[in-house]
Amino acid sequence: MTGLLPGPHNVFDGSAIADDLHLAADVAVVGSGAGGAMAAEVLARAGLEVVLVEEGGYNQAADFTLKEADAYQELYQESAGRKTADKAISLLQGRTVGGSTTVNWTTSFRTPAQTLAHWAEVWNVVGLGPGDLAPWFAALEQRLGIEPWDYEPNPNNAALARGARRLGWRHGVISRNVRGCQDLGYCGLGCPVDAKQSMLLTAVPGVLAAGATLLTRVRAERVLQRRGRVRGLECRALERRGIRPNGHRAMITARHVVAAGGAIGSPGLLLRSGLPDPHHRLGKRTFLHLVNVSTALMPEPVRAFEGAPQSIYSDHFLWPGGGKLGYKLEVPPVHPLLGATVFRLHGRLHAEMMARFADTQAMIALMRDGFNTHEPGGTVRLRDDGSPELDYRLNGRLEDGLKRAYLSMAELQFAAGAESVLPQHTEAQPYRSWPEAREGISQLAMAAHHAGLFSAHVMGGCAMGQNTKQAVVDSRGRHHQVEGLSVLDGSLFPTSLGVNPQLTIFALASKLATELARELGGS
Amino acid sequence: MSGTAALFSRREALRLGLLATLLPSTAAATASGGSLKGPDRALFGALAPVLLAGALPTGDDRPAAIAAVVAGVERAVAGLPLSTQAELRQLFDLLGFAPTRLLLTGLWDDWPEVSPERLEAFLSDWRQSRLGLLRVAYFALHELVFAAWYGDPQSWPRIGYPGPPELT
Repeated sequence: MTGLLPGPHNVFDGSAIADDLHLAADVAVVGSGAGGAMAAEVLARAGLEVVLVEEGGYNQAADFTLKEADAYQELYQESAGRKTADKAISLLQGRTVGGSTTVNWTTSFRTPAQTLAHWAEVWNVVGLGPGDLAPWFAALEQRLGIEPWDYEPNPNNAALARGARRLGWRHGVISRNVRGCQDLGYCGLGCPVDAKQSMLLTAVPGVLAAGATLLTRVRAERVLQRRGRVRGLECRALERRGIRPNGHRAMITARHVVAAGGAIGSPGLLLRSGLPDPHHRLGKRTFLHLVNVSTALMPEPVRAFEGAPQSIYSDHFLWPGGGKLGYKLEVPPVHPLLGATVFRLHGRLHAEMMARFADTQAMIALMRDGFNTHEPGGTVRLRDDGSPELDYRLNGRLEDGLKRAYLSMAELQFAAGAESVLPQHTEAQPYRSWPEAREGISQLAMAAHHAGLFSAHVMGGCAMGQNTKQAVVDSRGRHHQVEGLSVLDGSLFPTSLGVNPQLTIFALASKLATELARELGGS
Repeated sequence: MSGTAALFSRREALRLGLLATLLPSTAAATASGGSLKGPDRALFGALAPVLLAGALPTGDDRPAAIAAVVAGVERAVAGLPLSTQAELRQLFDLLGFAPTRLLLTGLWDDWPEVSPERLEAFLSDWRQSRLGLLRVAYFALHELVFAAWYGDPQSWPRIGYPGPPELT
């Protein structure tokens, strides 16, 4: 290795290198998030030589200022302003060591049995039923401190519980991956007290302890292959801010590559690599748990910036039957920078809403997209500069789901005692009662750029399954056409999940990487 | 989304591209340049008091607050991917050059000369426009300005946000 400035252990910051790097390993893993860190740890502990490549920096508790203006630039893809190609949907994805697990809200659910059954039935996924995954979930829950939140929910979550209870809607307590949580409410800006059991605190240290190498601020450019066999990985080192390449390359010779750069990054890497894709499946069927938002003014302070961000959920509308799109109800934390951009107003009206920032309760609905043939999902493609972007369009089914979700959220917020409710939509106004809201929301057009839309759960694009006409990789995550290439992250999912995805990704990556390690001759 | 906003769909980018052919060659030639230029600062200096009406201080500290918003926008833009910066540059240039500004907003005068009422009218038109292109452009400006102000600790006392906890 030449030109390296070693950090602690075996961590190398690409922005500080002065020359090209040439490394050799058994496995190069792209991405240090829920999938990549888990997989790299399993492989390294099995005695294989592993290089883990991360596009973001190695930010740790002492680096987290808890200021949004710092955190979004440093810890998120595209300063937390990544968007779909038509700019209608904002995408929140981590870009730092630990990936999205470093900045997520700690919500942990096992994969619903309905989802796994659908994958087996429609997408020819084998060996990943509830019984196959149960021991992995149990072990991970133990390791990561995943337990139902045992303390009082903050007022933002309490409103969800109160409204659901009064309406007789099913709801429950969320399990969180924390130990010694101080209930600060800043999970989205990086846990400053090392309570969140993210990859940053668990699998990444495991990777380093097993002697693997971590490259930070290094972007994987393409998978190198010859005659259908992987030879390695070509990467570019980035300057400090992670925007421009700094002119140096990292060339990693490896007999296996694991793509785990998230459901925009992984399809993007494979597209740039020009790999065979005879049935045009790569980058297709990308799902979002598309989110819309409703805010309410409460008579008492809510202070939704404090306390565990998510502790209550409602699945009352998640599996509605009758062929309708289902959605999950949760609440988001509300901090001023992101909160102010969510209000689709300006001037005096905006200032009036912000003047009651501390009284604002916020709800989100997550569409369970991808389970119906009329929910095709989006497509990841490459821009002229080789960077990936997601094209995801609304259609009638999604619009119907969004409208029903606006109605559910408003009904719940009034049941919880709201003075007024404002669906985050350009044509909406603050409604004073549930009948007024019901009438107003029924008039809203759901066209793009009117509804404020978000996603923090980008999934799919390298779907798994045994049928090569349907899937990019098989049920073990191995590429159908190229030897020595695996995908082990959320881009494996043939549909969305219906639950927040981190625990599903942890379990799939651990299980599939364990099988991979055995095959590669690890112990 | 500290700064954000990439902008246009492909079809709309084509339309914008046609508009961009009206730009003087100097403006078009710098389309891949730095973060904000002089006319961009004038644009945000004019938009901030209108978008943030009722939120900015009204006393002696007002000019400094507006300058802080413009500086925050500049920092945010510099942190965005190059492809997004290029899209924003195109929007800023179209708004900075009087003939294209007139086509897009109905405003001929330079930004500092436009009354708050006329700025408010053009922003409200864009927000509700039938053209997705203009709605997208509105939210790009919206996101940059609101992120710059509410990411700044001086905006927090008015909204009852105590700031992040002090850790011992």
